[in-house]
Amino acid sequence: MTAPPPPKPRTRVVLGELARQRSVTQHLTEQTQVGDALLKGLMRAQLALALRLAVVVLIGLGGLPLLFHFAPPIGHTTLWGVNLPWLLLGVAAYPFLFLVGYAYVRLAEQNERDFTALMKRDR
Amino acid sequence: MTSPFTVPAIIAVTLATVIIGAYGLRLARTTSDFLVASRTVSPRWNAAAIGGEYLSAASFLGVAGLVLKYGADVLWYPVGFAAGYLALLLFVAAPLRRSGAFTLPDFCELRLRSRRLRKLATAFVVFIGWLYLVPQMQGAGLTLRTVTGGSYALGVLLIGVVVTLSVALGGMRSITFVQAFQYWLKLTALAVPILFLALHWQADGRKPITPAEGLTFPQRTTVVMEDPAVLVFGDGSKSAVAAGTQLTFEAGQPVPRLEAGRANDGLDWLLPGDQGLFATYSLILATFLGTMGLPHVLVRFYTNPDGSAARRTTLVVLALVGMFYLFPTLYGVLGRVYTPQLLTTGRTDAVVLLLPGAALGGGLLGQLLGALVAAGAFAAFLSSSSGLLTSVAGVLSTDVLGRGSVRDFRISAMVAGAVPMVLAFNVSGLDVSQVVGLAFAVAASSFCPLLVLGIWWRGLTDIGAAAGIVAGGGAAICAVLVTVLGPPLTGWMSVLVGQPAAWTVPLAFAVMIAVSLATRHRLPATLGSTMLRLHAPDALRL
Repeated sequence: MTAPPPPKPRTRVVLGELARQRSVTQHLTEQTQVGDALLKGLMRAQLALALRLAVVVLIGLGGLPLLFHFAPPIGHTTLWGVNLPWLLLGVAAYPFLFLVGYAYVRLAEQNERDFTALMKRDR
Repeated sequence: MTSPFTVPAIIAVTLATVIIGAYGLRLARTTSDFLVASRTVSPRWNAAAIGGEYLSAASFLGVAGLVLKYGADVLWYPVGFAAGYLALLLFVAAPLRRSGAFTLPDFCELRLRSRRLRKLATAFVVFIGWLYLVPQMQGAGLTLRTVTGGSYALGVLLIGVVVTLSVALGGMRSITFVQAFQYWLKLTALAVPILFLALHWQADGRKPITPAEGLTFPQRTTVVMEDPAVLVFGDGSKSAVAAGTQLTFEAGQPVPRLEAGRANDGLDWLLPGDQGLFATYSLILATFLGTMGLPHVLVRFYTNPDGSAARRTTLVVLALVGMFYLFPTLYGVLGRVYTPQLLTTGRTDAVVLLLPGAALGGGLLGQLLGALVAAGAFAAFLSSSSGLLTSVAGVLSTDVLGRGSVRDFRISAMVAGAVPMVLAFNVSGLDVSQVVGLAFAVAASSFCPLLVLGIWWRGLTDIGAAAGIVAGGGAAICAVLVTVLGPPLTGWMSVLVGQPAAWTVPLAFAVMIAVSLATRHRLPATLGSTMLRLHAPDALRL
C-alpha cells in the first residue's frame, strides 16, 4: 500500500480575473456583455453622426420649400441676373451635398479609428 | 433636322459598348469573376461605373424636359437624385458592404434569416427593376424617332437586344468598364454642346427666358401633333386639333400651349411653389430615400473591397453625379428660347436632342453637337438598362429560375430583358420622368425602411420587415398602378396618388416598427454576430 499522492495546492479561481484576461477584441467576438456594450457605443456614435448631418441637410435643403412658400420675395430676388431659387437648387445644392458627405466620411472614419485604438490599447 | 452624323454616332456608342463588353468577357473566367467582378474594381472605376449606371434616360432627357415644362419646382428632381447618394452614404454604404450581401434579398436573409422574406424582397426587386426599365426602353424608342425619323419599335428593339445580349454574355465585369466609359461620355455629351449653346445665346443678345409678352417662335416653325389635343392660344382661345395635324407658325407668333399639360408661362415657370408643399416634400422624400432601395445601385457596393472603400466610393459618386446635374437644367432653360414648339406638342423630353440643331442651325457644328447628344442619350439608355437588367437577372437566377450558375444567369437575363421590351412596345404614352419618380417612391417605401432599420435597430424581426414592405411598398405600388393605368384624378386624390412617398414612407416605417415590437420572440439568434459584422471597423479584421 502506497501513500496517496500529496494533494495539489489549491488555487483560488475568480471568474472576474479570467474575464480580465480576455482581450477587448475577444469581448467583441465572443459577444460578452462588455463587448455588446462596446459595439452598441460605436453604433450609437455612428448613428448620431449620421442623424446630425441628416438634420443639417433637412434644414439646409428641406427648409427651402417652406422658405419659398412663406417668404415669396425670395423667389423674386436675383443674383447675377438669376432668381435665387434657381441658383440655390440648380447650382449651390450640389457642392453643399458633397461637403456634408465629405464631413461624414471624415468624422465616421475618426469614430472608427478611436474605436480601433481602444481595442488595441491593452493587447 | 436629321443630321448625317447621328446614326453613325449611335452605332459607334452601341459598338463601343459591345466591344468593351467583349473585352471584359475575355477576362471573366470563373463564376465568381463573372458575377461580381471579383471585387477588384478600383474606387475610381467603381464610382464612375455607379454614376454611369445611375444617370438614366430620366436624368439625361427627362430632367431637361421637366424644367422646360414646369420650371423651378422640378429642380427638386435632380437635387433629390443626387441627395439620394448622401442618404445612402450616411445610413447604408459601409455596413451594407460589410454585410457581404450582393443583392437586397441576400441582405434580408443575412440579417433576418428568413427565406420567405427573401422571396418577398425578390418580388419587389423585379417589380422595381421592370418599372425602371420600361421608361429606359421607351426613351430609346422616342430618341430614335426624334433624331432619325426611324420607328419607335426599332429603338426599343435595338436597346433591348443589345443590352440583353451584353448582360447575358458579359456579366458584371464588362459592365463595370462599359459603365465607367458611359459616365464620361454622358457628361461630355451634355457639357460640350451647352458651352456652344450658351455662347450662341450670349451672341444672340441674351434673348429673354421669360418674356413679358409670353413665349414666341424664334423662326418659322411647322409642328406636327402626334396625339389629339386641345391647344390654348396666346389670346386665351382654345381649339381642338386631331392627331397628325400640321400647324405652321411664323417667327414672332406666340406659342400655344397644351390645355392638358401644365405648361407654365412667365412668372409661374420662374418661381417655385405652384405644385404645393405636400407634393414638393413627397418628391423630396421619394428621391432622397429611394436611391438606396434601387436594386442596381446596391449590387455595385459589393465590388468595393471593404466598408471604408464603399464610403469613399459613394462620396466620389456624389461628386460625379452632382457635376452632371448642373447641365440638364440649362438645356431646359434655353429650350424655352429655341425650341418652344415642344410646349405645343408636349414632347418636352426631346429638348436635349433638338436644342443643338434648333439653336445653332443645320450647319456642321449644329449637326455634330446634335449627334453628340444623341450618342450620350443612347449611352444613358444602354448603361442604366444593363445595370438594371444585371440585378433583375441576378435575383431571378438565384431565387426564381435556378441556383445562380452562369447558365441560369444567362437564361434569366433573356427573360428579364424580354418582359420590359414587350411592355415598352405597348405603352408609348407614359411620361419618362414620372414613371422613374414612381419607381423611386416604391423603393423608398419598401427597401429604405428595411435597410435603415435592419442596419441600425436590433429590434427588427422578419415578420415586422415583411409587414412594412407589404404595407408601404404595396401602397406605393397601388398608387403607381392607378397613376399609370387608372382614370385621371383631380384635387387632393391626384396629389396623394401621383406623389405617394410622403405617406407611404412613414407608413412603411411605422408598420415595420410596430409589428417588430409585437413579434419580439422572433428576433434571430445570430443578431449579435450580424450586428458586429455590419459595424465593426474594417481595420480590426475580426
